[in-house]
Amino acid sequence: MAVDVHQEVFIQEAQELLTELESSLLELESDTNDLDVVARIFRAMHTIKGSGAMFGFENIAHLVHDIETAYDKVRNGELKVTKDMVDYSLRSVDVIKFMLEDPAIKADSDEAVEILTFFRQLQNDKKPEAAASKEKVSAIKETQASDLRTFRIRFRPSQLILMQGTNPELLLMELEEMGEAKIIAHTSDVPPLDEMDPEKCYTFWDIILSTTKTEDDIKDVFIFVEDDSDIAINTVDDLDIEDEHNSKKLGEILLEKGDISQEALNKLLSEKKMLGQMLVESGLVKPEAVESALQEQKHVKDMRAKKAATDSASSLRVPSEKLDILVDLVGEMVTVQARLNQTAVQEVNPELMKIAEEVERLVWELRDNTMSIRMIQIGSTFSKYKRLVRDLSKELNKDIELLTKGEDTELDKTVIEKLGDPLVHLVRNSLDHGIEAPNVREKAGKPRKGTILLTAKHSGDSVLIEIKDDGKGIDRDVIFNKAVEKGIISETAELSDKEVYELIFAAGFSTAATVSSVSGRGVGMDVVKRNIEALRGKVDVDSELGKGTTITLKLPLTLAIIDGLLVQIAEQFFIIPLSLVKECIEFIEKKDKKSDSGRTIIKVRDELIPYLRLRDIFGIKDNVPAIQQVVIVELDDRKVGFMVDAVIGDHQTVIKSLGKSFKDVECVSGATVLGDGSVALIIDIAKIYTSIE
Amino acid sequence: MAKTILTVDDSASIRQMVKFTLSKEGYNIIEACDGKDALSKVGSASIDMVVTDLNMPNMDGITLIRELRKLPKFKFIPIIMLTTESQDSKKAEGKSAGATGWIVKPFKPEQLITVTKKVLR
Repeated sequence: MAVDVHQEVFIQEAQELLTELESSLLELESDTNDLDVVARIFRAMHTIKGSGAMFGFENIAHLVHDIETAYDKVRNGELKVTKDMVDYSLRSVDVIKFMLEDPAIKADSDEAVEILTFFRQLQNDKKPEAAASKEKVSAIKETQASDLRTFRIRFRPSQLILMQGTNPELLLMELEEMGEAKIIAHTSDVPPLDEMDPEKCYTFWDIILSTTKTEDDIKDVFIFVEDDSDIAINTVDDLDIEDEHNSKKLGEILLEKGDISQEALNKLLSEKKMLGQMLVESGLVKPEAVESALQEQKHVKDMRAKKAATDSASSLRVPSEKLDILVDLVGEMVTVQARLNQTAVQEVNPELMKIAEEVERLVWELRDNTMSIRMIQIGSTFSKYKRLVRDLSKELNKDIELLTKGEDTELDKTVIEKLGDPLVHLVRNSLDHGIEAPNVREKAGKPRKGTILLTAKHSGDSVLIEIKDDGKGIDRDVIFNKAVEKGIISETAELSDKEVYELIFAAGFSTAATVSSVSGRGVGMDVVKRNIEALRGKVDVDSELGKGTTITLKLPLTLAIIDGLLVQIAEQFFIIPLSLVKECIEFIEKKDKKSDSGRTIIKVRDELIPYLRLRDIFGIKDNVPAIQQVVIVELDDRKVGFMVDAVIGDHQTVIKSLGKSFKDVECVSGATVLGDGSVALIIDIAKIYTSIE
Repeated sequence: MAKTILTVDDSASIRQMVKFTLSKEGYNIIEACDGKDALSKVGSASIDMVVTDLNMPNMDGITLIRELRKLPKFKFIPIIMLTTESQDSKKAEGKSAGATGWIVKPFKPEQLITVTKKVLR
């Protein structure tokens, strides 16, 4: 919006200038020697150009540039005004007026090109493009940050610096903000009071700066004063050199800076005192110079020590069983903490409640930290497949390359471990069924080399892993017919593309004309789906015939503890994963609208949302309260409500598996122990939703 | 206390842009359309920084800078000149007249803010 406001003002101003320009040009026509008029024309052109470029009318600026240059030459007596020149100038006014209507209009009309050609010919040196490229000059350059380095900067400003409005102190402050700095002022040049001009600057400074910024960044600080100041920037230490005996001696530093000569130094060194003391006593070096050098020595030492300390503590190897135990303990802790909370509330004991809250906070932090310790990068898993792809593609006589992206994406250790087998299956499948033989690819107009792209990325509280190939894609009809043949679906079934693709995950499904040793008999895909779902994940297939197939695995970041929403139906407690929950609303069921279909619709802020009664799903009949709650969750971009009796609140849910006997229970993904020791079932929202559909 | 900046430019759109940009950063802005106008306006006001164009009617920027530096209260305050790419020699001329720094036109609002913060803090 701001730009528009500026543009409007510019257009208005430009129009006024153009009117003025027109009359000035007419004046010039009658007297081609009037330099006042020329100056006026130049200024008008100059303003149109300068402001035009700033407010988005670069095309106008481009056009005016050459005209302005011509008038500048006239102004300096290098060029004579001709009738043609005035003529073309007047025509340019019309062109500019037209261009003002829209910044996008380029100066490429016949008229504009003719004008430009004329004015360019007027110039002896034809370098119109060069000027444009220089326009991006900016006072403050952007430079990339580098590693921590220590610089020695000597800044000796001109004595007149104060009178140019520069406060050297501000520059020093700017340097201080760039990193760790030591500043030593050299005041020895300050004359006695009666000789001193208080408006002049007699001091100069040594700055020892450890920063991740570059030398260019430091130079930028001095950009306005570099021409009239002495500025020397040297790298003293780049901290990466690990030789600790490399610290420079005081004498060396002073020598380097030119504060003392080698001979004078040698002479002094033959005596045996502290060098700094001797130097000062001898009067060879000013006390500040020694102080500055000493500070530099100390600074470098400090920075090194700091770096060494962080380096040595950066990593630690721990057996993974210890981490598993730690997570179990944190899980127990979360449960106990819930009990503590409950007790505190029940007993209405403020003191205890205070402690309970503090414990809660600590346990949360402990939980997050423990979880983060268990996170490992998926990169190592990815790299294993490079070899696999290389070997298998050779065996299959195909030319296939595996590319990976997002190797640094972190996932829970257990998830990564359990992900291995399904991923192998999927990659093998792409190799075998997905990517065609090189000659087939060539005929289809694709490069001989096929690619499989493995990507990992974060998405909310999940990680998405994508296996994407540029092979032949999934042929809907082939899959459909095969599925009918195998008796998985009936011939008359009407399925969407997605539903057809899902069929490849059905048990005992194989479409390859010949069975190879690579991807076997199609027993893999159903196992893949089951394994991923066991990790509370999801498999999604997308494909385009002839272009390729993408299989996406959606996996939870962690397995052990999740944030849940604790809800109640009659005497029972349930957990709904909080990450899915969008909102909770109160609901009063009207008697007459009660339907037996199990699914009804509510209106929330003009949006119709279908809802389910969890009561019905779990077969809980008694005590329907007058006011119920609907928990609205979002699943695959669709909102669904789940009706419960009451919403209790968020709950740190330590997931416990239900054991073998319950592995066929569809609507429940696990259980957790509540503060009072009772058990709450964790509802598998996705399963319920798909089973109802 | 909010600092006051004097912007001197014959282009109303540049003045408006300077005013818009810097007043959003919390500065007070006084506008003048050329050197003469600027000198007539600085008498009573307390000004912490000047941003001036160079090419202006009546009195150009370089002359303005020289005149301002003669006044006691402008002796040490930062003066930023707005130059265009074709005026590289003007930079040196401006510096010797007493300018603190420069911004090259066309510039972005962020550049103006960076430079202002650099010389004013």
